[in-house]
Order: sequence, then structure tokens, then C-alpha cells
Amino acid sequence: MRHFLDFEQPLAELDSKIEELRHISDGGDLNIADEVARLESKADKILRQTYQKLSAWQKVQIARHPERPHASDYIQALITDFTPLAGDRGFGEDRAIVGGLGRFRGYSVVVLGTEKGADTEARVRHNFGMAKPEGYRKVRRLMELADRFGLPVLTLVDTAGAYPGVEAEARGQAEAIARSIEGCLKLKVPLIATIIGEGGSGGAMALAAGNAVLMLEHSIYSVISPEGCASILWRSAENAKDAAEALRLTAQDLLKLGVIDQIVPEPLGGAHRSASETMTRTGDAIDAALRPLLGMDGKALKAQRRDKFLAMGKKGL
Amino acid sequence: MNWLTNFVLPKIRAVVAPSKEVPDNLWDKCPNCGQMLFHRELEANLYVCRACGHHMRIDAERRLKLMFDDGKFTRIELPKPLVDPLKFRDRKKYVDRLKETQAKRGPNSDALAVAHGTIGGSAAVVAVFEFEFMGGSMGMAVGDGLLAAARLAVLQEAAMIVVPSSGGARMQEGILSLMQMPRTTIAVEEVKDAGLPYIVVLADPTTGGVSASFAMLGDITLSEPGAVIGFAGARVIEETIREKLPEGFQRAEYLLDHGMVDKVVARGDLHDTLARIIGMLRRRMPPAEVVPLPSRSEAKAEERS
Repeated sequence: MRHFLDFEQPLAELDSKIEELRHISDGGDLNIADEVARLESKADKILRQTYQKLSAWQKVQIARHPERPHASDYIQALITDFTPLAGDRGFGEDRAIVGGLGRFRGYSVVVLGTEKGADTEARVRHNFGMAKPEGYRKVRRLMELADRFGLPVLTLVDTAGAYPGVEAEARGQAEAIARSIEGCLKLKVPLIATIIGEGGSGGAMALAAGNAVLMLEHSIYSVISPEGCASILWRSAENAKDAAEALRLTAQDLLKLGVIDQIVPEPLGGAHRSASETMTRTGDAIDAALRPLLGMDGKALKAQRRDKFLAMGKKGL
Repeated sequence: MNWLTNFVLPKIRAVVAPSKEVPDNLWDKCPNCGQMLFHRELEANLYVCRACGHHMRIDAERRLKLMFDDGKFTRIELPKPLVDPLKFRDRKKYVDRLKETQAKRGPNSDALAVAHGTIGGSAAVVAVFEFEFMGGSMGMAVGDGLLAAARLAVLQEAAMIVVPSSGGARMQEGILSLMQMPRTTIAVEEVKDAGLPYIVVLADPTTGGVSASFAMLGDITLSEPGAVIGFAGARVIEETIREKLPEGFQRAEYLLDHGMVDKVVARGDLHDTLARIIGMLRRRMPPAEVVPLPSRSEAKAEERS
């Protein structure tokens, strides 16, 4: 059973009608087959119309869709010989961050991602994609490994944010994130960051100071969640829709602001409607972004990354 | 009523309480212990409560004064970034909020002030946050200001000191406020790459995107006593874990115990501590020894032998 978002209700109704008809027909009644085809084309039209003019809040919902592919799905589809590596060498292993060595279209790379988990058990294991200091220190460690062996770094960002908890604070959450950002900026190898779902605040930034920052068409990237922003500025989390609009957190707005470099188009109806299509498109986009960087020397890569971030804020919407 | 308030009352006041001698801001109340503090005495004590030692928040100008030698410094003008790039509006337009705050705190001002001078005789560039300016929040102006400070430090071969006092990123600048995390990290790196000391003095509060970038990258990290320092807000954490937070959680002393801060320094000792540290980092050799010239008789005695 597909999970429909609230604004997809007309689609959900059509979908169940189609299912019903299919169930009745079984035999091969021509009239019913015609009716199914008619309904399917209607559903397709509605899907197209809905996804053409999504509001910021609707994009927030799609970015958090439970069936949306997660970092592990991308790693499985795009990375061969993936060899996960664990631990920060100081405290522990944080499963909110998946990472390791692998090959992307033949090239050796270090891949790092925030993993939300696909079912309840996995979500708990990966702490819902919210990393602790040891997670960000593992990011820094694996980036240093990549740097030492000249391997490009690919990051896949999908997190509500860094974990807000007592132990995380006690072990220096702020410092761990700061060092992770510093780690990104120091790299003498290409860093390509892809926001695949939610790019939540500092917890996302820690993996996203890249030479190229890509964003899936319906993903979001923001300094604060719309709910958090609404509860502070509107004094009510119920204004999350307004906050989502005001924050300009969509890929389309961020491209105009020069904060991201490229949008990866999603299949009609969002990444969750065709994971394999999404993987192919994302792989192609990463490939295209990576190639021109492969010929650059370390100093130039670092300078290009710094210049890009320093130039931000020069143009508004 | 008009005649009463406009004519009679001022006359009575003029007789009963001559306004010049009794300003109404003679006393301040310590927000921590409630002690009434004589204003002039509080100022002399650098806004530290004499009863409980609570360090009150102070504005940028006062902060700069107590950090430089003899309270002397030169402020620099900071770059003017694009105003309201997102055309942000919550219950109020961001441009209006900015204008209102600037009307109170000075035209073109923002949450950062930068000055240069000397500390213990060593060149220093100091960037301090103005908490009263929208909670010291970090947007483009603060990011550009820190970059300007870093470049001035490199140009003058000076130590760079930053005193954050900020709730975090400025939400009204959306993603561009988040981008100040890498941008300020680059500023810090420019200072470090030039071989100059980068010292952070954490002041109340240092949280969110500010704590998770330049504020935690100091060569040396000092803190004012009792300052709240952390990434996530205490309320958010309480809501997540649904239990009471430990005593003293996210205070400077808690961070010291957890290895995140080098030293908690009382405001009155800050200048001397900075002077000593910068001096040791920058003047590594012992001062030239003063050798007394031999006296005439000694010189003659040497000749004879």
C-alpha cells in the first residue's frame, strides 16, 4: 500500500478505484480495461499538475516521505565494492552516519551519508538520521583518509539535524560539527555533496561544504526546520507552512541564491515513485559534477570551494 | 488633567526633587541573585555582581574597552552586505525589524563590532558580538564582519580574538545565515594559515550555528563564568529526552569539565590573561638580557691583570 501525502488525496482515491476495478476484472472485460486506462491517464494528469506547482510546505512533506530513498539506497545503487568503515577512534560508532570506501563508476571514492533508516528497527538503529559528535568526528576521520589517498568524497545528506541530547552536548556537539565543516573546507580532493531529502541545519552543513552541491528536485535545505522557525518567530508551530515559504528552502530558490550548484530532476511524482530512476539520474549528475574536478590539483580544488562560499550572499531573490 | 500634568506636577517636582541630582537609574538589580547594586559601583566592577559574581551581558563598546590596553582601540567600519536577500517576512517584515533595531543601535549597525589595538603590547584585532542586536544572531553582516576582522589581523600580523554572544544563526536570512558557518570557518583558517593566534572568549550565550563554527575552532578557548554554551537549546533537548537537565548543564564550568574549554576567566582578569597568552605565543624568546657596562675601575683592573 503506497503512502499518500495529504495533498495527494485525489490521487489516493483514484488509485484505490483503479485497484478495485482491476480486482473485479480479472477475466479481461474490455469495458473495465478501458475504464482502468481512463482512470490511469486521469491520475497521471493529476500527478503531473500537482507536482508542477508544489508549495514549499508540500516539498517539505515529500522530502520527509517515509518511502523516499535514503542514503543506504543510493550507496547500494551507485557504489560497488562498498566497504563500510566505522568509528571515530575516540568514543564510538555512530550509525546515523554511514560511510566507507567504494567505487563510483570505477573511481575509488569515500562515501559518507546521514541515514534515516527505512523501517522502525532501522530508524532506531540509525537514530533517525540524527548524528552525535562521534558521527561528525567519523566524518572528519574518513575525509582525512580520502585526502591522504587522493580519493574524491561523495556525501549524501538526509537529516532533520544533529541530535539534540545531553550526551551529545557533553561530548561537544558544536565542536564536532565545526571540525567537520573545517574538514570539508580543508580537503585537497573533490567533495560533491548531494542533498537527497532533508538538509537540516548545522547537522547537514557538516557534510555539505562541497566543491559542488547538488540537490534533488523536491529536497529541502534550511537553517532551521519550518516547525522550529514558526514556533520562534510566529510563536506557534502551526505556522510551519508560512515559515516553509519564508525560509526559501526549496532547491529552486537555493539555486537562484547561488547556494547550490545544480538540481537533480526527480521522476514524476517524486523520488519515492521510482527509486531506480532517481538513482540513475543522481548518479549521472554526480558523475557530471565530478569529472571536471578530477583534473584539478589540490590547491585549486580548495580555492574553488572557498571562493564559492565566500561569494554567497551577493545575489538575492 | 492637562493643566495638572503639564503645569502643576512639574512645579511640584521641581521643588520636591530637583531632577539633576536624582537620576532614576541609580540602582541595578542582579538578574541572578536579585541583589540591588549601585550603578556606578557595578560599572566599576565591569558589570559583575559583587554579591554572587554573576557576569552580566555587556555591550560591544564596553567589552572592547576592557580588552585592549588602557581601554584604547580603533573601530573599523564593516562591509555592508545585501539587505534582506530573501525578502523575509514573519509576523513582521525583516527589513522593518532591521530598521527598528538600527534606529536604536545606530545606522547600518549589526550584531558585530570589530576594533584593533594592542593587548599586552601585542597587536590584536578583536571582534565582539552585540547581543542586543537581534540576539547577536549571525547573518551576512556578521559573516562579512568576521572575514574583514580576519583579513585585518593578517594584514597587521595581529592576533585575532572573537567574543561571541549569540543565540545562533539569523533565521530571517534563511540558508544564507547557515552559509555563514563555512564562511566564518574560512575566516578562521586565514588567520591560522598566517601563523597568527586565534583566540575565542565565549560569552553568554554561545549557541546554535555560532557555537558550531568559528566559536569552537580557537587555538585557545576561554570562557566567561556561567556563560551558556552549547549547540542545541536547552528547551529543545528537554522536549526530545523528556527529562530534567543536569545542574549547570551547558554552562562554562560544565564545558570546562567536559574538555571543551581551556579556561574559565573572570571578566576582571580577561585583559591580563589574554596579554599573557598572546605574549607567550608571539614572543617566544626571552627578552634581551641587560648587561651592565663594566665601571671604569673594573676595566682598569682587568687591563692590569
